[in-house]
Amino acid sequence: MKYLDEYRDPEAAEKLAAAIARTVTRPWTIMEVCGGQTHTIVKYGIDEVLPEAIDLVHGPGCPVCVTALEMIDRAHAIASRPGVIFCSFGDMLRVPGSRGDLLQLKSQGADVRIVYSPLDAVTLAAANPERQVVFFAIGFETTAPPNAMAVWLAKRRGLKNFSVLVSHVLVPPSITAILQSPGNRVQGFLGPGHVCTVMGYEEYIPIAEHYGVPIVITGFEPVDMLQGVLWTVRQLEAGTATVENQYSRAVRPEGNLQSRKLIEDVFEICDRKWRGVGIIPKSGFKLRYEYRDHDAERLFEVEDIETQESGECISGQVLRGLKKPHHCAAFGKSCTPQTPLGATMVSSEGACAAYYAYGRHLAGRSPRADTPAQLVQIGGGK
Amino acid sequence: MCLGIPGKVVKTFREHDVLMGKVDFSGVTKQVCLEHVPEVKIGEYVLVHVGFALSHIDEKEAELVFDFLKTMNQLDELEAPSPRDGSS
Repeated sequence: MKYLDEYRDPEAAEKLAAAIARTVTRPWTIMEVCGGQTHTIVKYGIDEVLPEAIDLVHGPGCPVCVTALEMIDRAHAIASRPGVIFCSFGDMLRVPGSRGDLLQLKSQGADVRIVYSPLDAVTLAAANPERQVVFFAIGFETTAPPNAMAVWLAKRRGLKNFSVLVSHVLVPPSITAILQSPGNRVQGFLGPGHVCTVMGYEEYIPIAEHYGVPIVITGFEPVDMLQGVLWTVRQLEAGTATVENQYSRAVRPEGNLQSRKLIEDVFEICDRKWRGVGIIPKSGFKLRYEYRDHDAERLFEVEDIETQESGECISGQVLRGLKKPHHCAAFGKSCTPQTPLGATMVSSEGACAAYYAYGRHLAGRSPRADTPAQLVQIGGGK
Repeated sequence: MCLGIPGKVVKTFREHDVLMGKVDFSGVTKQVCLEHVPEVKIGEYVLVHVGFALSHIDEKEAELVFDFLKTMNQLDELEAPSPRDGSS
C-alpha cells in the first residue's frame, strides 16, 4: 500500500539502525508519546534492534488508557438509561470501570454500539429521532476535528437528540507534566505525528527550549520511527534541543488551520483528570457554552460516582514512563487482555496490551533478555 | 486511537453542505469527510482518522526519508576505505 509499505522496508530500517549505533556514545532515554508508536515499536521489535544505550520508554498517548475512571463510570451510568443509544469507539467498551465495562452492560441489554466515526453517530441520531444518541468523545488533538465536526453538524442540522460525553486530552501539557515530575528520566521525545497533523508543532518549540529536550515529530511506520530515533540521538549527542519534523509528508508547521478553527469554535481548554496520573491543568477540551444542548454531561446528570481502582495495577507509572509493563507483578498473570486490571491492557495502543500481544510476557521474552528480533521482521507487518 | 491511514481519494461529493468523499484503502472503500482538505484532487492521498481526512499527503515530502537514506549511503561510501588504502 502506497505510503505504508515503503516505510516498512527492512533494508532502510537496517541502515537507520546501523546509523543510530554509530552515533550513540552514551545512554539516552527517549519517550515515544503516542500509543500508536508504542505499538509499532513492540510489533516490529524496534527497541530490540537499537543499541542497549537507547532506552525507549512509553508515553501517555493512549486516550483510552488515560480517560479518567470517573468518566468511564459516568459513561456506564448514561448508557444504562432507557432510551439511550450509547456510541463509542470499540476500544472503550472493555475498559474496566468501577462497576464493570460497557460491553458487560451491553450484554445486560443496554443499547451500546461501536461506531467507526463520530459522524456515524450523527447519522444514527438523524435516523432515530425518538432516541437519545450519546457519543463518547474521547481522544487527543487528532480526534478533536472529527468530534468537533460531529457536534457542529448536529447543531446545524438541529439534531437535539445528539450529545457527546467529552473527555478530550492534550499532548503538550502532558509532556510538560512528565518533564516536571521529580522522577523524570526522559531526555528526548519522539513527537506525536498525527496530533501534529492537526495542531502543527509550533507549540512544542518553547517546551524543547525551556526543558532542553529535543523533540522530533515522528511518523508511525518502522522507518519513520528509526529515523526519528536517529535524529533525536544526533541532537542528544550534539547537546542541542530543537523541534524537528520527520513526518513532513503529513505535518505542516502550522498543522491544519481549518481543523484548528473548528476546534476553537466548538471546544475550550479545561483542566482534565488523567487516569493513573491525576489532574493536569489546562490539559483537556470541553464543549463551549454555545454547544451546551449537545453536552451529555449536562443533559444526563450523574451523581454519586464512587470510583474504585485495582490495587495491583501500575498503569499510572507505565503511562508516565517510570515503569514498563513487565515490571508489574500482575502482567500476563492476573492481568491479560481477557481479564484486564487497567486500561493499558485493553486498548491496542496501551503499552501492556502491546507487550502482551507480541509475547513479551513469555519466559525469556522480556526486553533485552533474548536475541534481538531479526530486522527482517520489519516489513512483515499487516 | 490516533491511528491515521493513508488512502486514495476516488470520488468527492457534498452532503449536508460538507465536502465528503470515497477513499480507497488498498481495495476497501470508505466514506470520509474531506471538509478540511478542500484542495485534494481525485487520485491524491489523504491521511484518514476515524472517517475524517486530517491532512493531504505531500508527495514530494514523502520522498525525503529516502533522499535522507541516499545521502547516508553516499556518506558511507566516502567513509569506507577503498581497496587501495588497504594495500599501501
